[in-house]
Amino acid sequence: MEKAFFHHALTIREDICTGCSLCMRVCPTEALRIREGKARLIEDRCVDCGECFRACPVHAIIIEQDDFSRIFDYKHRVALVPAVLHGQFRHEVSMSEISAVLKSLGFTWVYEVEHGAEILKPAIDELMNVRTLPRPLISSYCPAVVRLIQVRFPALIRNLATVKAPLEMAAFYCRRVLRDRGAHNAEIGVFYVTPCAAKIAAVKSPVGEESTPISGVINMDFIYNKINRTLRNKGELPHSDDHAYSVDPDTLVWSLTNGEASCVNGRTLAIDGMSNVTEFLEQLENDEISGVDYLELRACDEGCAGGVLLSSNRFLVAERLRNKARNLQPGNRPAEDREIPDIEAYTAYLMNKVRITDEIKPRSMYRLSGDRDEAMRMMKRSRRLMCWLPGTDCGLCGAPSCQALAEDIVRHRGDISQCVFIRESNLEKELMDPERAAGIMRRIWGDNNFEKNCNKKGAENESN
Amino acid sequence: MSFEYRVTGGDFTHAGYASSQVKKMLKQLGVDSIVIKRVVVCLYEAEVNIVAHAWDGIINVELDTDTIFMKLTDNGPGIADIEQAMQKGFSTASPEVREMGFGAGMGLPNISANADRFLISSEPGVGTTLQITINLNSPAV
Repeated sequence: MEKAFFHHALTIREDICTGCSLCMRVCPTEALRIREGKARLIEDRCVDCGECFRACPVHAIIIEQDDFSRIFDYKHRVALVPAVLHGQFRHEVSMSEISAVLKSLGFTWVYEVEHGAEILKPAIDELMNVRTLPRPLISSYCPAVVRLIQVRFPALIRNLATVKAPLEMAAFYCRRVLRDRGAHNAEIGVFYVTPCAAKIAAVKSPVGEESTPISGVINMDFIYNKINRTLRNKGELPHSDDHAYSVDPDTLVWSLTNGEASCVNGRTLAIDGMSNVTEFLEQLENDEISGVDYLELRACDEGCAGGVLLSSNRFLVAERLRNKARNLQPGNRPAEDREIPDIEAYTAYLMNKVRITDEIKPRSMYRLSGDRDEAMRMMKRSRRLMCWLPGTDCGLCGAPSCQALAEDIVRHRGDISQCVFIRESNLEKELMDPERAAGIMRRIWGDNNFEKNCNKKGAENESN
Repeated sequence: MSFEYRVTGGDFTHAGYASSQVKKMLKQLGVDSIVIKRVVVCLYEAEVNIVAHAWDGIINVELDTDTIFMKLTDNGPGIADIEQAMQKGFSTASPEVREMGFGAGMGLPNISANADRFLISSEPGVGTTLQITINLNSPAV
């Protein structure tokens, strides 16, 4: 077996999965198969984009998170909060209220991730001035995009802008501030309130980096629910100053589509959504696109406002955040933070840490074998199989497409008799007995799908 | 293995199909991404040349473990002066084609620079044939 390339934050709960195959059909890297009535993940292909999580009708795909009580392993407990968390609440809810709720949960310092983007602006400018780097430079902000490039577009790895994310910069800053005030590194826990699975995976196994300043992750939906409950239980919300942000208006929207690109000089382009990103990268790799200096690519529609762990409508989140940015009074900081030096005060320190120094390695999902002759034999065989497979991509074989099945077969992960067209034609010619044919279908789709079940979605007595 | 792709003159919408198909095969074979890039540049430029200048054409691709051979044959106006056409910046592309971002006169020189072996022959009024060979094992241009 090939060893897993990445840490994955997405897990399929077999006890809940009904093997409906919706996830398999939306996966941009063909990383899912159906076996025994359950979705199975091919780990080295998964880029943690979360499309399957969105598609799953029974919530069988879950996103791991650290046990919340782990924050109490540390004396100093920092919550790094992205602006999209705030964007989920009505305009009257202020950042200081959100901050107060997080503190009541046990955090000692709540800091907005987008501050970190202040450091990225000069760092990206610096890269853009290096004439020897290929164009366009591709933002490495979205970890799902970085992984997509590693597995599907390895030729474009050299285009990745080798700077870390605002998250890491914010984490380094918080650690440094606390250390300067006498804390030991081991006493500092920095927890990220994450909007998506890809960020979790990136924190747990950073691409091209050995260590991370982040101690753990808390899923944003968990925090959203806590805040919502607290706010609702308070009844009437107290009037509060909504200008408690100290983040600059243009960095506040960094995580939204075109938030980053609009801060970069030159001809920039912002593309969101996994299929749009894939289509564009395909053309870029074909050399069909020229004259673009910087590409901001985000796996989710509307950028992080569309993160799979957000609970509110992505368009409303984006709109609220843009409004907040427009009405922002820069420099107005929460009272308790006023004696702490700004992130800008640590620019020199952070600029030293901003570059991704280790190599980002290709992890091609297409390569059939490490041995060229063997790969050639496999490719020929897969093409011969395609002569017989129908090309309908019906998915009944448990693979997302006929080509995927053909490649599974040559990788010894599948069998031609999984194809319903092949089976039907063999039954017709009496080359296969019906019992065997039914057995194959059951091995793919499980026994449950052959039984009457009035509780399923859309059935007579629907219940979940 | 051999493959054949048809190209229709004037159809910029579908230009690039052959490149995408060939690219995927080279990835399956585990060819170095720098070599893949060279193949794709050659093929795409040559395909766009047919779309921009000719009435129609055929791309024949022969692939084995060590080399890829691509032959592009078109029915079209042909090239009167090949030496001139091989110079950087020389282009007979119409203003409409240039408007679309093609026809900068880099096509043939670019193909020549990226191919390990490049042959071009043309008969004015009949068509042009390009033969491009790239060794799949050497990343150096």
